[in-house]
Amino acid sequence: MASELLTISGLSAGTEDKPILHDIDLSVGAGETHVLMGPNGAGKSTLGHVIMGDPVYKVSSGTVTFDGQDVTDLAPDRRSLAGIFLSYQAPVEVPGVPLYSFLRTICQMRPELKTTARKFRQRVGQIMAELDMDESFLTRELNVGFSGGEKKKVEMLQLLLLRPKLAILDETDSGLDVDALSIVSKGIEAYRRDCDGALLMITHNTRILERLNVDRTHVMVRGHLVAEGPASMIDDIDRNGFGAYEDGLAASQGEKVEA
Amino acid sequence: MADEKDRTNARPEVDERGRSKVQDVDRSLYDFVKSEEGYERYADGLTPDIVRSISAKKDEPDWMLKMRLEALERFHDIDMAPNWGPDTSGLNMDDISTYVSPKTKQARDWNDVPADIKDTFERLGIPQAERDSLAGVGAQYDSEIVYHNMREEVAKQGVVYTTIEDAIHDPQWEPVVRKYFGTLIPMTDHKFAALHYAVWSGGSFVYVPEGVSLDYPLQSYFRLNASGAGQFEHTLIVVEPGANLHFIEGCSAPKYYEANLHAGAVELFVGDGARLRYSTIENWSKNMYNLNTKRARVGADATMEWVSGSFGSHVSYLYPTTILQGDRSVCEYTGITFSGANQDLDTGCKVILNGRDTRASMSAKSISKDGGVNTFRSSVVVGRHADNARCTVSCQSLMLDDISRSDTIPAMDVRNRTASVGHEATIGRISDDTILYLMSRGCSEEEARTMVVNGFANPVSKELPLEYAVEMNNLIKLEMEGAIG
Repeated sequence: MASELLTISGLSAGTEDKPILHDIDLSVGAGETHVLMGPNGAGKSTLGHVIMGDPVYKVSSGTVTFDGQDVTDLAPDRRSLAGIFLSYQAPVEVPGVPLYSFLRTICQMRPELKTTARKFRQRVGQIMAELDMDESFLTRELNVGFSGGEKKKVEMLQLLLLRPKLAILDETDSGLDVDALSIVSKGIEAYRRDCDGALLMITHNTRILERLNVDRTHVMVRGHLVAEGPASMIDDIDRNGFGAYEDGLAASQGEKVEA
Repeated sequence: MADEKDRTNARPEVDERGRSKVQDVDRSLYDFVKSEEGYERYADGLTPDIVRSISAKKDEPDWMLKMRLEALERFHDIDMAPNWGPDTSGLNMDDISTYVSPKTKQARDWNDVPADIKDTFERLGIPQAERDSLAGVGAQYDSEIVYHNMREEVAKQGVVYTTIEDAIHDPQWEPVVRKYFGTLIPMTDHKFAALHYAVWSGGSFVYVPEGVSLDYPLQSYFRLNASGAGQFEHTLIVVEPGANLHFIEGCSAPKYYEANLHAGAVELFVGDGARLRYSTIENWSKNMYNLNTKRARVGADATMEWVSGSFGSHVSYLYPTTILQGDRSVCEYTGITFSGANQDLDTGCKVILNGRDTRASMSAKSISKDGGVNTFRSSVVVGRHADNARCTVSCQSLMLDDISRSDTIPAMDVRNRTASVGHEATIGRISDDTILYLMSRGCSEEEARTMVVNGFANPVSKELPLEYAVEMNNLIKLEMEGAIG
């Protein structure tokens, strides 16, 4: 078994007035691929955001340990520099910031990625070719006026440039047409191949998982992790949905109340 | 932005909440003072004797002295409009010396400029910029130009770039100065225009002959070193028909506790079919009252472009005005104002469309933080004969906190039925989602905010030559240091 890269233990978190995640335990080993599934509104994205350190969510108990370091109280930039990457469902638009200069900035601030302008330019070119992206994107403003698919490609481009130890992909597949989906899949494969990074895929759609070697599957229902198992769980969910897991949670909570 | 060398040399500290803090930054780039020892400094306050002394020192023709004395009377006659614009009660003319001059002659070689003054301009990067990318440079230190030079090949084309004082003593140019000086901005324009004409000193005279196009910009830099003093330079630019000029003005001053005053005047005459771009990077210190007046008159088929970045001063009143007199003339204004703590910047632009088929497009941006106040005023006047005139005004404000203030005050006076005038204004904040997005890619909170603000300013900085765009980005960075509360 690989050494643990990410360890979440006893984590409860939520917004100021609303608890969302309850007593989460989850571990991801270096280089592993995990899938987090669950119905809409289960709290999957929240977990991704909490791992990244989104200050909207407060951790009421538990810890997040990454690469041997307790990161529970670290700001998102520190977590990013430590090797965590979160790809957002809806990447924001930043007017006036050219994509290329943004990419250069976020790479140059990392000692392990610092390189000459020429080498950097080459690397960007290679990755963009792999993602079937036109280089004219580089002079455009970051995500401004990009289609949903284009934004996801820009996320993949950053993923491959930053080479994080852990990539959390939050519904990266949602709303994409077949072509865009295939390119995002290519990006994920390239990340697994070239960076040997760990992956936590948040999705309620199993299609993008077909080409991945999934190590573990986690199921979240109403803020609880209710099941964990091998890749074969995905097929089961595909056929039967989350009903059994929801019923199971209701039953266990019912028991707790009775007890 | 991405290739700044100092990007990584100081990672901000992190406080107990995991938010980034930043140490105070070294402001020495602009904020350094040189001794005034041995300088000629006229008594504070305003009297006819002081005005006569300035005129005598410059050995001026009678018409100029008369103009000065008349302007002084006007200054005393004209009241400030009550309840209009930022408070200027902290400015007392009895405490301002209107003329301070280093004891030096104007030089054409930096080696002939006194060492501490030369050092000042070197620290501001002027000689370097001159070598790299300028066709000519004028450098004013307090009340007098200390350096003025232009490339040989530009002079050969008949371009004149000198001080008004020198032009006035040249029989060839005295009539030109006399023809234009004070005609576009009359001394009765407002109280500080009157003051300007009474005590003006320094500035530049530029003449670009018909059809001549300069490949590189000319730049005048204005440095006010003296404390409790005023700077009253006059810039007069005549671009003859079909000619093309880019003129850059820069200004800065060290910080003092007492008030300083800048009341310059810029008069621009753009001939038929000519083009003039006037770029400004202003970084007066935060004790400055910047009561400046700029105006352009534009001939047929000619283009006037303003690019303006205003960062400094305690109080500003600044509304560059363009008179589109000729048919099919065009005005483009792109400006940004950054207002921080203890700054009340009242800026804007005015355009008067008199010619047919004239076009004006004004785009203003403002950034407010730490209680800074930005007021943007636009004034659009479309004359009766301006058939088919088109004008758009757009104002975008970015508020970085809850204690700052941003106002937009548009005025329109349209007297032609075929004209089309549009105005739009937006006020926004930096969203938490944007900060999270950039932070999760490794930017500190401060870097993220600076990136967003630089992006907001980008439409302005990309209009500037590279060196100035870099300077503007640095100014924004400087202003953003410690912006996180």
